[in-house]
Amino acid sequence: MKDGAKGFDDAQTGEQKIRNFNINFGPQHPAAHGVLRLVLELDGEVVERCDPHIGLLHRGTEKLMESRTYLQNLPYFDRLDYVAPMNQEHAWCLAIEKLTGVEVPRRGSLIRVLYSEIGRILNHLLNVTTQAMDVGALTPPLWGFEEREKLMVFYERACGARLHAAYFRPGGVHQDLPPALLDDIEAWGEEFPKVLDDLDGLLTENRIFKQRNADIGVITEQEALDWGYSGVMVRGSGMAWDLRRAQPYECYDEFDFRIPVGKNGDCYDRYLCRMAEMRESLKIIHQAIAKLRAPEGQGDVIARGKIGPPKRGEMKTSMEALIHHFKLYTEGFHVPEGEVYAAVEAPKGEFGVYLVADGTNRPYRAKIRAPGFLHLQSMDHVASGHLLADVAAIIGTMDVVFGEIDR
Amino acid sequence: MSDYLEELAALISRKQPDAVKDASIAHGELTLEVVPGSLPALVRFLRDDESCRFSTLVDITAVDWPARKLRFDVVYHFLSMYRNHRIRLKAAVREDEMVPSITDVHPSANWFEREVFDMFGILFSGHPDLRRILTDYGFRGHPLRKDFPTTGYTEVRYDEALKRVVYEPVKLVQEYRQFDFMSPWEGAEYILPGDEKRETKK
Repeated sequence: MKDGAKGFDDAQTGEQKIRNFNINFGPQHPAAHGVLRLVLELDGEVVERCDPHIGLLHRGTEKLMESRTYLQNLPYFDRLDYVAPMNQEHAWCLAIEKLTGVEVPRRGSLIRVLYSEIGRILNHLLNVTTQAMDVGALTPPLWGFEEREKLMVFYERACGARLHAAYFRPGGVHQDLPPALLDDIEAWGEEFPKVLDDLDGLLTENRIFKQRNADIGVITEQEALDWGYSGVMVRGSGMAWDLRRAQPYECYDEFDFRIPVGKNGDCYDRYLCRMAEMRESLKIIHQAIAKLRAPEGQGDVIARGKIGPPKRGEMKTSMEALIHHFKLYTEGFHVPEGEVYAAVEAPKGEFGVYLVADGTNRPYRAKIRAPGFLHLQSMDHVASGHLLADVAAIIGTMDVVFGEIDR
Repeated sequence: MSDYLEELAALISRKQPDAVKDASIAHGELTLEVVPGSLPALVRFLRDDESCRFSTLVDITAVDWPARKLRFDVVYHFLSMYRNHRIRLKAAVREDEMVPSITDVHPSANWFEREVFDMFGILFSGHPDLRRILTDYGFRGHPLRKDFPTTGYTEVRYDEALKRVVYEPVKLVQEYRQFDFMSPWEGAEYILPGDEKRETKK
């Protein structure tokens, strides 16, 4: 039979069949937010299958932690989600405090809240603006990073480091804040809403930004449960779930803030949630500063005793304090046998630590539960059926940072 | 809080008597010791039962106890966003034992089980795609087992002559420093230098 004669069925002839195209997205790709390798199977422009390969930043944190003392392990937490370091430390400190039964002094607790919220703004600023960059806007990251820089200076003035803070310690925080720092944070807090308004003006009603984000990566309530989402990823889908409110830790129960919730569960709603959360964090920061200045907010910042170091002045006069200090920073403190799970509402979602202690100065096993791990896992589910260009928007909205995913 | 957890534990062990071996509450957290074989059914029950509704899988991990006959504890954490409570399930398994996968109940278990397989070498039956996840392509061994050295066995570098990445056995310039700060007064189980005759004296 001649070709093209009767029986010709356009779509089914061999030469018309098009093989699906496989591409490698990353590991070095500006929109991969780190070292993510995605193996994408494309049908034309449409993503058919998406297989994330992770572990390119795996440093064996959990293995290393087993051979170090509890205090030596603390700085590893800065290196997990390096966008908001102190929130991670917080989970580790809470786990130790839960096992040892140590009470954090009020001032220490308030400083923790203050810096956790600064961390949240740090994270959301980075996420919102770089996600905007992934979908084509260049100005937001430039404006956002300027504010991040100011916040990192506050980090530096509290603990001496811009990123790897090691400021939250089991029992409280390392050092007290100078009063001038509180004034400066407050002054910054007065200015910051203007920057948020500017970002709002750039993005919220921007036609291109909306086209790239609205109705992209829609997640229903059931999907959010199935895939174990937390943080903004569930709140964007309409569930008002926030650990700060649902299972209050530290002294979050005495702060007045609202939990922004999305309606459609798409990238755009999550963007709006993050913007609103920054304003709520700002409220908490102002309240925390007021509480830190109040007479009840004065006092020590760390629980002195078995797990906290003695005061510097005391060390100079008391032999016992000197011995205690020496033992604490060599042998470290012992944590009673037991197992515990402590979680905080990190900016990306529920960041948890499962700690198994065997009564020595080192953790027997510490498992780090990173929110980004679960979010990225659902990449195949969420991205399938979207266009290739949407993959960048979805990675951005999931807020993945490879420090915490690969550990 | 603990009254509430006790009631919850009693309810679960009443409805799933074959699955739950033991229940304990410590630090305000409920832990159930469970039979590994019954995990999928139990997890499904926990998800669907009206008073449990553990809808979110928080974490799956394992703990290695080399001295035990049942070497590993596989640990599951669940959270209910509706009832606002948490639960921990622990299943003790032998080294050569398979654990049934719960990916059918919670799709999010997929990567967690891959990670446990990667790190501990525990196999999950019924898992759709049990590959290594965090370690290198072609990695050997299971790093989080207690008998795996922290330094690993191989190291990687770029070879200028071969123009590619090569794997070599680990060469340490100095011995890996494993400090022991335990106080000899507080039950450290070793003999101090010069104190070898301590045992014979007694």
